[in-house]
Amino acid sequence: MINQIYRLVSPRQFEVTYKDVNITSNLVVVRPTHLSICAADQRYYTGTRGEEAMKKKLPMALIHEGVGVVAYDPSGELLSGTKVVMVPNNPIEEDKFVAENYLRSSQFASSGYDGFMQDYVLLNRNRLVVLPDNIDMNIAAFTELVTIATHAISRFEHISIKRRGTFGVWGDGNLGFITSLLLKKIYPKCKVLLFGKTDYKMSNFSFVDEVYDIYDVQANVQIDHGFECVGGRGSSMAINQMIDHIKPEGSMSILGVSEFPVEINTRMVLEKGLIIIGSSRSGVADFEKTVEIYKQYPEVIDYLSILVGNVLKVKSIEEVTAAFDLDLSSSWGKTVMKWGI
Amino acid sequence: MIYAGILAGGKGTRMGNVPMPKQFLLLNEKPIIIHTLEKFILNSKFHKIIIASPKEWIQHTKDLVKKYQLESERIVITEGGTDRNGSIMNIISYIEQTVGLSGDDIIVTHDAVRPFLTHRIIDENIQYGLKNGAVDTVIEAVDTIVVSQDGNYLSNIPVRSEMYQGQTPQTFNIIQLKGYYNSLTENEKEILTDACKIFMLKGDKVKIVRGENFNIKVTTPFDLNVANSILKGSLDK
Repeated sequence: MINQIYRLVSPRQFEVTYKDVNITSNLVVVRPTHLSICAADQRYYTGTRGEEAMKKKLPMALIHEGVGVVAYDPSGELLSGTKVVMVPNNPIEEDKFVAENYLRSSQFASSGYDGFMQDYVLLNRNRLVVLPDNIDMNIAAFTELVTIATHAISRFEHISIKRRGTFGVWGDGNLGFITSLLLKKIYPKCKVLLFGKTDYKMSNFSFVDEVYDIYDVQANVQIDHGFECVGGRGSSMAINQMIDHIKPEGSMSILGVSEFPVEINTRMVLEKGLIIIGSSRSGVADFEKTVEIYKQYPEVIDYLSILVGNVLKVKSIEEVTAAFDLDLSSSWGKTVMKWGI
Repeated sequence: MIYAGILAGGKGTRMGNVPMPKQFLLLNEKPIIIHTLEKFILNSKFHKIIIASPKEWIQHTKDLVKKYQLESERIVITEGGTDRNGSIMNIISYIEQTVGLSGDDIIVTHDAVRPFLTHRIIDENIQYGLKNGAVDTVIEAVDTIVVSQDGNYLSNIPVRSEMYQGQTPQTFNIIQLKGYYNSLTENEKEILTDACKIFMLKGDKVKIVRGENFNIKVTTPFDLNVANSILKGSLDK
C-alpha cells in the first residue's frame, strides 16, 4: 500500500510524501482518528526548535499524542475498529536497568522519526494500548501527555524517601493540571499545593488543597516533595522557589523542558540533601498504567475534559496549518485535530 | 451493505507494447492492483471487495492476492465486462446472486490503476454515497479546458472555476444504478461510458467529493515513470 505521510519540511510548511508499506508484516495498521498538538510540535512548526535540530530532523511528520482505531491486524488478534492509543516511543534494545524512554537508541515519533500525521500508522503490537470502548476520544487524544505525569510519579515513588504528606506542583498549564490531578488520585491522603501565576488558569484546579500565586508565598509554606511543570524561562524561578519551600531530603521532579541552561541554588540543594529527578517522556508501561487509571477513576476523564481546548476537523494540509495556528494563540487547553485527511 | 468494486477490466492498450494489463505492472516492485486493493482492505466498512478482471487474467489476479497474503472471504475476483459499466454490472450481478440486493446497498467503484488514493477519499465516498444516488471524485481543473467539436478549431472555452477533472472512486446506489442502466438502449450504453452521467441524464443529482492531485491514473509508460518517481523521490527517514 502507498501510505501518505504529511511531513513538515520547513517552518509552517507541510508536504505530502509517499511510502510503500507492507500491511501483512508483523505490524498492526492503525488509522489515526484524533491527534493532539504538543508544545514540542509547535517548536518545530514555528521553527523555534533551533536551526541545527531543524536541519537534522526535517522533513518529519509531527504529532506524538494520538489515538486511532485498528484498521488491520494481520494476526487477527485485534479486531478492526478497536480503539487504541499509540505509543510514540519505540525501543530497539532492552536494558535491565534503564527504562525504554531513557535509552539513547530509542526512536521517538515526531523527534527524529515520523510522527502520527499519516494516512495510516504501522506500529509494533507492543506499541499499542487498547482503550475502553466508551472513552471520549477527544480526551483520550492527549493520553501521551497524561503518561508523562504517570511516569514522573512512578519514578518519584521509586527514587524518593518514603515520607508522603504534602506535594507542591509548580506550573498552572496542562501538565501541571494533570500532575496535580494524578497526585490527588494516587495519594488521596496527601495534600497537593499548586504554585502558579495566572488566576483564570489556577481557578481550574478545583481539586487541589491550596493554590498559591508564586509572587505571594509565605515563608512558612512547606512541602515534602515537588514537581516542576513550568519549563522555558520560568524554570529557574520555579525550581529555586521549590528549593526554598521543600523539606530536607525531599525530591524535586523536573518535567519542564528548557532550551537554555537553568541556574539553581545548589547550596541549598546540598544543605537540604535534595534529590533532583529528571523525568522525560514515557514508556508503554506508563500508557498501560494510565489507561488503568482511566478505568479505575472515571472522574479523571471528567476532569481532563477541561483540558480539551479546540477540536477541529482537518481534511487538508491547509486545515492542519490552521489548527496549528489556532493552537499557538490559545492560552489554555489542548488543540485536538479530528484526523479526516 | 457497502461494497467495493475494483475495476481491473482493462487490457492496457495505452501502455504500449507491454504484454500485460497495466494494473499488473510493478510500482516499487509490487503490482499496482495490490497497492490499490490494500487501501480498500484497510477500510472495514466494506462487506466485500470485488475485483473485476479480464477473463484470461482472473487466475493471475488470484495468484497475486495469494502471493501477497491478502486472501480473505471479503475479497472476490470476478470476470470484467466489455467496458467499464459492463464490469460494474458484472460485479452487481455477483452481489445479487451471492448475497442479494437491498435498497440501501452502495458500491464504491475504483480504477485498479489509481493506487494513490487515501482513507479520506474512500470514507467520503461512503459517507455521501449513503445519502446520494451517485458520488463522483473530482479535482479542480488546473489547466484551462477548451472544447473543440471538429478537432480543428475551438468551439468553446468554459469558465475554468467551474471545471473539474473526474477521478475515481465513483459511488452508486446499486439498485438505482442497475435500474437506470437496464433502461438504456444498446446504443446509449455504448456512448454513456461514465455511470455518473447516466444518473444525471435520469435527472438525479451527483454529489462531488474532493480528490487529490496525486490520485493519478497509471495508464501510460509516462504515468508509470511519474508514479515510481513520486514514490522513490519521497525523502525517506
